[in-house]
Amino acid sequence: MELTGPELWGLVHGMVFGALFLLAFAGGLAELHLLRPTTETPSGLRVSARRIGLGVTSMAVLAWGTVITGTWIVYPDYREQVPTSPRSILLADPATEAWHTFGMEWKEHVAWLSPMLATVVAFIVLYYGVALARNDRLRRTAMTLFILAFAIAAVAGAFGALITKAAPIQ
Amino acid sequence: MNGRPQIEPDAAASAPDVIGVERSEGPAVAALLAVGIGAFVLGLLTTLAEASTTIRDWLQLTDAVGPLSGKTTFAVIAWLIAWGGLHLALRERARLTTGVLVTTGVLLAAGLLGTFPVFFELFASE
Repeated sequence: MELTGPELWGLVHGMVFGALFLLAFAGGLAELHLLRPTTETPSGLRVSARRIGLGVTSMAVLAWGTVITGTWIVYPDYREQVPTSPRSILLADPATEAWHTFGMEWKEHVAWLSPMLATVVAFIVLYYGVALARNDRLRRTAMTLFILAFAIAAVAGAFGALITKAAPIQ
Repeated sequence: MNGRPQIEPDAAASAPDVIGVERSEGPAVAALLAVGIGAFVLGLLTTLAEASTTIRDWLQLTDAVGPLSGKTTFAVIAWLIAWGGLHLALRERARLTTGVLVTTGVLLAAGLLGTFPVFFELFASE
């Protein structure tokens, strides 16, 4: 039992960077939701703001790690112009070609919006810190971007898992 | 109930150093508009690459990754340049108005549309 280089990078891309980003989302969203003067003591707000800043910054780094490894390391093996590449295998069968023409084509592009959005959320939390607690509109805007970053990552992650199941990288 | 103690807003707001330093909303506005621009550029390049083989070839920075290399690289560059420029221009004065939120939303929606295969394949050149 051993992993090839492309399989290992596929795991790092999907199961380390991507999965950690998705798993961390619920905690980050709950923390952002609760960053209000009515839910925390003054000292609690300061601690929460620091914790959220660390959390969303880590998530932004994970999101960048996901798309960079996916595009620049895993994708070349996926799209290699040989009959045994996952792309060639999927396109060779009308029953599976939509995994590439729709699933992969959507995933490979839209996924790049997730780290951009996560970075903006991280910037807002780090720059405004505890002051975000009294700026409800900005806090809600950050939450909306955060949810959008997650939704996009979830779409990309789901298609990644399903495409890998249909035609794994080897 | 969320299980946490409910704090009176007035008490929290009046405590020293609770709410942090007052900061202009300008940097947030710049970040929001810039991410909208980055998304729009990604959607635009994705659609243009489908419509024109010349643009597709131009976006192919490496053979291994193909046109995706250029689409994503130039979208990220556009995002960062827009962010930097807007930050310098708006950092002291902009407010997070409904107009800013709508503009950001429209740009993000356009970016999402441009990266959706059913849409960009409408412009396929072959």
